[in-house]
Formats: sequence, C-alpha cells, structure tokens
Amino acid sequence: MFLIHLVLVVLSIIFLTPLVWMISTSLKEESIAAKTPPIWIPPHFEWHNYWDAFTYNSQKLGYIPFLVYGRNTILLCILVVAGTVISNSVVAYSFARLKWPGRDIAFAVTLATMMVPFPVVMVPLFGLFRDLGWVGTYRPLWVPAWFGAAFNIFLLRQFFRTIPSELSEAARIDGCSEWQIFKDVVLPLAKPALAVVALFSFLATWNDFIGPLLYLLNQQSFTLSQGLQFYQSQAGGTSWSLLMAASTIVIAPIIILFFFTQRLFIQGIALSGIKG
Amino acid sequence: MKARRSKESIAGVLFALPWLIGFTVFMLYPVCASIYYSFCEYSVLKPPIYVGFENYVDLFHDDIFRKSLWNTFFYVIISVPLSTIITIGLALLLNAKIRGQAFYRTFFYLPSLVPQTALACLWLWVFNSEHGLLNMGLEKLSGHFWIFHWHISGPPWLSDTTWSKPALIFMALWTGGNAMVIYLAGLQDVPVELLEASDLDGASPSAKLRHVTIPMISPVILFNVIMAMIGAFQIFAVPYIMFPNGQPAQSTYFYVMYLFDTAIVYHKMGYACAMGWIMFILIFVMTLLSLKVSEKRVYYSGG
Repeated sequence: MFLIHLVLVVLSIIFLTPLVWMISTSLKEESIAAKTPPIWIPPHFEWHNYWDAFTYNSQKLGYIPFLVYGRNTILLCILVVAGTVISNSVVAYSFARLKWPGRDIAFAVTLATMMVPFPVVMVPLFGLFRDLGWVGTYRPLWVPAWFGAAFNIFLLRQFFRTIPSELSEAARIDGCSEWQIFKDVVLPLAKPALAVVALFSFLATWNDFIGPLLYLLNQQSFTLSQGLQFYQSQAGGTSWSLLMAASTIVIAPIIILFFFTQRLFIQGIALSGIKG
Repeated sequence: MKARRSKESIAGVLFALPWLIGFTVFMLYPVCASIYYSFCEYSVLKPPIYVGFENYVDLFHDDIFRKSLWNTFFYVIISVPLSTIITIGLALLLNAKIRGQAFYRTFFYLPSLVPQTALACLWLWVFNSEHGLLNMGLEKLSGHFWIFHWHISGPPWLSDTTWSKPALIFMALWTGGNAMVIYLAGLQDVPVELLEASDLDGASPSAKLRHVTIPMISPVILFNVIMAMIGAFQIFAVPYIMFPNGQPAQSTYFYVMYLFDTAIVYHKMGYACAMGWIMFILIFVMTLLSLKVSEKRVYYSGG
C-alpha cells in the first residue's frame, strides 16, 4: 500500500511539473526566467506579465490583441455549442424515437461517416466555403455545427433510447405534438447527456487549431489557440515569461471548467469509450 | 393508425432534416468531390483536369511523401504501444483501493486538458536545450550520481534529428489522460466475484492481472488502441507549431502537415486529395488489422 502511494506521488510530481513550471515562469522577470539552476518560486511575482501578454505591444511585433482573441473565441464557442446541442438533439430524437422509411439505413450511413478523417474532405470543404465567400469569416467554423455531427447524434440517440417510451406514449394520448413531446418530455430527462455534448463541443472549439488556421485570415479575427501560435512564432525564444503567461491564459479557463464539471467530464469520457 | 404512421414519418424526416442537409452538404458532397479531385490536376485558379491515376503514381515517387509517411509510422508505432502500457499502468494503480484516488486521477488527467497550441508552447520551453527544465534536471541528476564518471548533458531535443520525434512521443505520453479514464471505467466493471474467486484459488497478483483483469478489459484496450492509432496518424498542430516545416531536416514533417502544405501552400488540390484517400486506406487497413489480430484475444462478456 505504502509503495503504491509512493509511486503515485512520484508520478503526480512528474505529471504536474511542466504545468507548475509554466506558471512559475509566467510570474518571473525575464532576466531570471532562464537561470540555472531553476528558480521555482520567483522572488517577486510579476503579475503584470499577464497584463503585458494580453496587450503585447512592441515595435518589432506590433500589437497582439489577446483580449480580442479571447472575445472571438468565446463568441465562436457560444455559436458552436448552441448549434451542436440544438441540432444533434433534434436529429438524435428522430433516430431514437420516430419511425420513418429509410431511417435505419440513414443511421448506418451516419455511423460510417465517423470513419472519414478530416483531411480527406478538407480540400472540397475549403473550396465550398471559398465559393460561398465565407473564407475569412467565422461561418465555416460554426455553421456546420448547426447541421449535426455523427458522433454526437450517436451519443444522444443511445441516451434517448434509455428514456421509457411509455412517457411519450402518454403525452401522445394527451394530444401533444411530436415537437412538444421532444421539448417537454424527452429533453428535460436528457440533461446529463446534453451537458456532455455541450462540454465536449466547447472544448473542441476552444482547442481547434486547424480550422481557424484554414479559414481566418485577418489577424484581428484570430482565436486564442491560433493567436497563441502567432504569438509564439513572433515572440518565441525572446520572451519566455510572456509566452508562458499567454499559454496560462489559454489553459486556465479549461482547467477551471474541469474543476466545476469534473463528474460530467469523467462520465462523458467513459461514455464515449463504452461505445467501442 | 395509418394516418398516425404517416404523420410520424413526416415528423421523423423533419426532425432529421438538419442532419440530412448537413450530411449531404458537408460530408457526401466533399467525399465525392474529393474522390474526383484525386484523379485531377487542380490548382484552384483553373478548373480541374482529369489525369487518371497520375497523382497516385506521383505519390509513389515523391521523396517528401515517403519521408512524411515514414515519420508518421514511426510516431504511431512507438507512441501508441508505449502510451497504452503507461495509461493501463496508471489506471491499475488508481484502481487499487487507495485514499486520495480522485486527487491522483485529477493530477494525471490535467495535462490532457491543455490545448494543443499551449501544449506546444509549454514544451518548447521545457525542451529548450540550454535553459529548458528537462536538460537542467538531467544536468542536476548527473551531478548527484557522481559515481558515474561521465557527465550527462541533455541532447538538443528540438534541433537534433535523433531526438525530435522522441520529444513528441514523450509529450504524447504526458497527455494520455483520456485513455486512462476509459481504462479506469473498464477496470471498475471487472466483476469482483471473478477476482475473489481467483484469490481463493491462490492466484498471484500477476496471474490475476494476466488471466482475469486484462482479458476482462480487452475490448476497452482494443477500442483505445484503435482510437489512439487514428489520432496519432493525424498528428498536426503540435509539430506544426514546434517544428516549422518539419525541422530539423524534415524529421518531424508528418503526413497531415505535408497534406496541408500541398493544399494550402502549393495549391495542388488534386494531389492533396489523393494523399487524403491514401491516408483513409492506411487507417482503414490498420483498423482491420488490429481487429483481426485481436480477434482471438479479445473477450466479450456479452457473448
């Protein structure tokens, strides 16, 4: 028992060290950030590094508007999460609870689309959005979210099927329309599954790199993830404290979200694993 | 009754409509177009010209393609088994009835939350050859083990072709938290009666692990291995940021990086689509192979 604890403590230290080092560097003055041997707790906490990272402004790089990137990312996340939850729940309801000709084939095809990796469809999608005049706007990043995605449809469908059908039968006898049954009977019972879908689509959008890299051209419209890369390519190697502060800014919201929704997180991951 | 059924059909199609549209526009059309483009010379400005199998034949003779394919295979073949062993190990440790399990689980999981871009920035700093934490640590370690008369100095991780891929593999091991959580869920489903029965039979812990625990979680292992292979094959963001253009000497130029550059930088759209389809076939074959190899070893308690 003691041995297991010892191993776990050592491993925890190994896993946490890079993160601690990131935060430690982010609070240091530039001149001591690269000192050997490493200084773990800076003599002065340079909190202004965070402000500097937010408003990075130097003659060499120009202005890197991290606050604007943050706002862009949050707006994009709201649009994607709303679209994902609404569209996938509607579609999953149809696959789970309604009978229509061709449904089972459509569902099998839906599952098959999960096999298609993004790079396969990247070129035609890019062409499509270019022809629509959407390149350089956020639309290629959020509009598709309003039209469903195979994995989320699958996840929600499995969940909807566990809700007893007697409930919707009773509502149907009471003269409820299908939309009312969906909205008032099934959806309220599916909150945990909807929360999982919302959480993971938020994460995916926050972390997405290749999407913004493809479609966002104007520096002012970048997302945080993309902005950080831009920041790194400009400032990398010159100011480690500021780069670590900027990285912390990108990571912190995710970690905070994790602490508030830990159970949901763990359930969601386990749920997505069980489908295998 | 019939009226109700047709009403249900209409409702069903209406509810599914967003996805029927989304599937057609964002999946079916791109897949068909991508197949067609892969047989064309297509450079955005001019309409695609049909060239038959030329793109596929050219890929065979493309040194950069072969290089990126080799890099990618190297990364997949080393990182997937290593991270599988480590994440199962962590899950087994966590599954022991110990106090503070939730804390340890959180610690091991936290790195997987780090967004790819931030991950790349963070490790650029840790791997920095002069001032990076890792090499400072190695130096310190070599100072303590003075009986070894040599002096360990960390390699220049990011600028040496020998160490650039291992650096990425190391990062992959650090971010295996998702798989670990799935294994942990699988371990908690292993029937206690089975473990107790083998205790009564006097089975050693290692025998229990080999003959009870691992077979019981084998479907989860298969699932995780397949997902990890698919994910690792598509590695993009981290090397794109850490190693611009696959430096040093294209040792970190991976499949999707080349595909991305082919399309977005060189505007060879048909060539990029052909690369996409070869990738699809490779992933498909890898998945089938894992299913085939594991067929007799995976135990489904469901029957």
